[in-house]
Amino acid sequence: MTEPTGGATDHGEQDALALEGILVRFGSVVALDGAHCRIRRGTVHAILGENGAGKTTLMRAAFGWLTPEAGMIRLDGQPVTFRSSADAIARGIGMVHQHFMLIPAMTVTENVALGGAGAFDGARFGARIAEVAKRAGLPVDPTARVRDLAVSAQQRVEIVKALVREARILILDEPTAVLTPDQATELLRWIRTFADSGGTVILITHKVREAFAIADDLTVLRQGRTVLSAARAALTEAHVIEALTGASVPAGDGVMATAESATRRATPKTKAPRATDAHVVFRLDRAGYVDERGVTRLHGVDLSVYPGEILGVIGVEGSGPRELLRLLAGRLQPTSGQVTRPDAVGFVPEDRLHDAVIPGFSLTENLALADGGEARGWMDWPRWRTTTRDLLASADVRAAGPDVPMATLSGGNQQRFVVGRERRRATAALVVENPTRGLDLNASARIVADLRAMAGHPTHAVVIHSADLDEVLAVATRVVACFAGRVLEVEAPSDPADRTPYTRAMTGMVEGIVTEVAR
Amino acid sequence: MEALLIPFLDATIRTATPLAYAALGELVTERSGVINIGMEGIIIAGCFGGLVAAGAGGAAMGFLGGALAGVLMAMIFAWFVLRLRADAIITGTALTLLGLGLTGTLYRGVFGLEGAALGTPSIAPVAIPGLSSIPVLGPVLFTQSVMTYLLYLLVPVLAWWLMRTHAGLALRAVGESRAAALAAGLDVRRIRWGAILFGGAMGGLCGATLVLAQVGTFTEGMSAGRGFIAIAIVVLGRWRAVGTALAAVVFGGAFALQYLLQAAGWALPYQLFLALPYLLTLVLLAALRGRAEAPAELASPAE
Amino acid sequence: MTEALLALWDGAFGSSYAIWSATLVRSAPLLLLGLGVALAFRAGVLNIGAEGQFLLGAISATALAQGVGGDLPGVVMIPLMAVVGAAAGAGWAGIAAWLRHRFGVLEVISTIMLNFVALATISWMVRGPLQEPTRIYPQSAEIAHAAQWPFLIPGQRLHLGFVLGLLACVIAWVVLTRTATGFRIRAVGASPSAATSAGGIDVTRTVTRVFLVSGACAGLAGAAEVGGVTWALYEGISPGYGYTAIAVALLARLHPGWIIGSAIFFGALEAGASAMQRDAGIPSVVVQVIVAVIILGVLAGSQRRARPTGGRR
Repeated sequence: MTEPTGGATDHGEQDALALEGILVRFGSVVALDGAHCRIRRGTVHAILGENGAGKTTLMRAAFGWLTPEAGMIRLDGQPVTFRSSADAIARGIGMVHQHFMLIPAMTVTENVALGGAGAFDGARFGARIAEVAKRAGLPVDPTARVRDLAVSAQQRVEIVKALVREARILILDEPTAVLTPDQATELLRWIRTFADSGGTVILITHKVREAFAIADDLTVLRQGRTVLSAARAALTEAHVIEALTGASVPAGDGVMATAESATRRATPKTKAPRATDAHVVFRLDRAGYVDERGVTRLHGVDLSVYPGEILGVIGVEGSGPRELLRLLAGRLQPTSGQVTRPDAVGFVPEDRLHDAVIPGFSLTENLALADGGEARGWMDWPRWRTTTRDLLASADVRAAGPDVPMATLSGGNQQRFVVGRERRRATAALVVENPTRGLDLNASARIVADLRAMAGHPTHAVVIHSADLDEVLAVATRVVACFAGRVLEVEAPSDPADRTPYTRAMTGMVEGIVTEVAR
Repeated sequence: MEALLIPFLDATIRTATPLAYAALGELVTERSGVINIGMEGIIIAGCFGGLVAAGAGGAAMGFLGGALAGVLMAMIFAWFVLRLRADAIITGTALTLLGLGLTGTLYRGVFGLEGAALGTPSIAPVAIPGLSSIPVLGPVLFTQSVMTYLLYLLVPVLAWWLMRTHAGLALRAVGESRAAALAAGLDVRRIRWGAILFGGAMGGLCGATLVLAQVGTFTEGMSAGRGFIAIAIVVLGRWRAVGTALAAVVFGGAFALQYLLQAAGWALPYQLFLALPYLLTLVLLAALRGRAEAPAELASPAE
Repeated sequence: MTEALLALWDGAFGSSYAIWSATLVRSAPLLLLGLGVALAFRAGVLNIGAEGQFLLGAISATALAQGVGGDLPGVVMIPLMAVVGAAAGAGWAGIAAWLRHRFGVLEVISTIMLNFVALATISWMVRGPLQEPTRIYPQSAEIAHAAQWPFLIPGQRLHLGFVLGLLACVIAWVVLTRTATGFRIRAVGASPSAATSAGGIDVTRTVTRVFLVSGACAGLAGAAEVGGVTWALYEGISPGYGYTAIAVALLARLHPGWIIGSAIFFGALEAGASAMQRDAGIPSVVVQVIVAVIILGVLAGSQRRARPTGGRR
């Protein structure tokens, strides 16, 4: 996967960018409490931290997207104040956000041109974009509409956007999150080249291994403070993990010392006994799904899931896991083929606040919501309240009582509530999508532990999809990979640390698969 | 029948002119991602403002006064929606009620029972020498009021501005994706303010044109739903400047049709013609499925 | 100024006649109309067409009364008028609901367009099919005695429609808070995505039903106005009730119980406004300004809580 590379060419001792004592508050929440960071010119600098540590907030301050309450930002040694990101852009700072800030309905040229002044000649500007892109080694088609581009192509557009504005400092927020392992390697290689030729790159990531592979310097944030900032050469992975979690983590299996591995245990996974077909929980027979835009998301999938299994689904965003999960959960109907599933399937969707709960409703009402479509007649609220109390206890949810609004619970507690509610509602099957998204390490670990405990159940099956391969591997008894709408079984490798079978499956480098030409 | 064609087309253009002003204003507002259903209130405010200003300083003053009244109404809308983060639909409804109520009250108060019919300056159509002699097109297109001629210039300029300048690009971006616009360093709120106020000015001009160039006087509620029709015109015109202008002509035709049919002696109740433009809007909205190509931000709150 | 305010108060509450025959009579349509609007907004449906639905209810109730009014006893006639009025209002709203469901037409626009079509319709009706026999005035003949809704208090003009309105508000409140249907409506209004995904609730069906009920309330109000107050149909039968209803709903924060108080408040305003125009010479259209200011005031104070959320997907 990612190869370790050499250090940066030193272009002078002066820091390209220095942040000192940054204080940012959102209402009463302190997002950054005196964070600091010094980025040397011509280096790749990784900013590490778990969810909510403040990495993105810190970089948004550097990019002028928000103004810190206190602290100093220095560019090339000179103090600066950015009133908006336009100022930062003008001073040569570019940022590629985790969720692209592109306008799907507009062309690449229009997207890149945004923010300019005066008259706008599309053709001329497009030619300039093509030239800059080619020179940088990131080809783009200026006339294409963004919505027609693949995700990795869109990311190239975002980078080219910054380069056209002559950015010398590039901030990339979790850039490999939406890429396949191979695409990620390619990007990291490009980043290295960019730094070697004098540019400065700040890489926000939660993947420690990635940081060690590519960065010259590392900064670790925890709860809005800088807890570690040093050259990579001076650090070991153990240092970093300790800084991230604030607690010593046993080295465990040294090869896999990443932040995510804190949730893994080196226990052998039990293979679920293959029951006969009569006991299958889910079955897909040549199931296909075409979405409203006419894009085929799933091609003739054949899949069976047996009781006691935890089926892990891996695959890059857009390759089919989202639709697959929803077909299994009954939230989507197949446009071809058949889906056989239990009547009630529990579903924990990735966007909890939007799809799983109503933040303004009370916990009791949110519990009743699960039966919302089938309920008839009078609502027995006292009984619902009692049931909610029981759920809070059994799922170990920290809440003041059944009548508080869902919005008052922490993310981890909300998630435990949702998982508990879905398990209560559907005893035979549970489908879970990115269950630890947005949760801190401790909450994530608990959810993962809860899910692991469901393996081997005589009648119940679980299907889990996560963009985090480690998470899936920590939980699943069996893994399938999605690639371009097809689903492939992945044989577990003999060496548990070997990821190549999964990478190959996710990128379609498997026998019998016709690789579709990327649009 | 031919003898009726030219008066019909002439009436079409004349009726379409104020509609076009309101629709173009609403177009710019909606392109920034905000829907202003208070346009009705803005138009009637422009009617009254135009009336009062014209009475004080003549027709030219009247148009300025109308535009100003429109801008003031739009400021209220922008303040509530952008600053106080109120819902655009409810605020727009309130704005319409405010406009209708305020103009009705002030009209009765200032002009009493006699009304203002006498003494309202108005402007007459002006024939463009040469062009107005072209058969059919001449009397229809080139024997109109100055406000119509202004539109002939305004529409292509607006079309060019929207598509071929960075400012127009910025406006469109704000209407498609607020997040992307912010990331590009655009001041979303300022752009929306500008778009809303422009809409106000144009709506005000629509009102002033109604009073000073079309009807010749003021009556309470004379906007007669034009503010809402403007919204339909924008949809029909696919949120493009030229399309909107053409759609306005279609609606002008629908209004003018009632006169044509009455003159032709068709024995249909005239209320059918009253209802026709509104029914037309509904049919067209259904046929076009109103949503495709709408600026994406219209579906989200404005702030 | 004080003279005007005194006239306003006097007109609304100054005498038992003012209370029972002016204020509450004017509140009656607002109870049902405001309730209809509140329910729609609660489900995320922007029904601005209460005005048109009201008129259709009035038209159909009048048509029924003119058609069979003399032949049937009051005990049959009155409920029949109510049902017909409600059905007409629901049908009118149904057009907008269908356009929304089938073609994705924003109901904000379609309901307003239908308001204007309703105005044209009533204009035609009172000059054509429903016009009074002498064909001089643009209004219908007085409806038969059996079709006239009973008064509740001897000597006062308070009619059955007021009681219907109160009942409707109470029933709606119970349904919203205690029944599964009400729960579904609230869920759909709060978050259509969660309602679909987590609850398996059919958002379209729920929304359409609420839309129709909203129209039915407005139509019933129209029938009640004809049956209980005017006993005839004419063009100005609604002085903008449909738009005032929006203010009534907003002031009540979309809560069916509080609609009662809100409707009475606005009824008082209207009653007082007539007195104000009569006694102090201030044009009653000033009430529209007051209504607008109240809406804006609620908006300013509420930080987007009064917003009818979601519902567009």
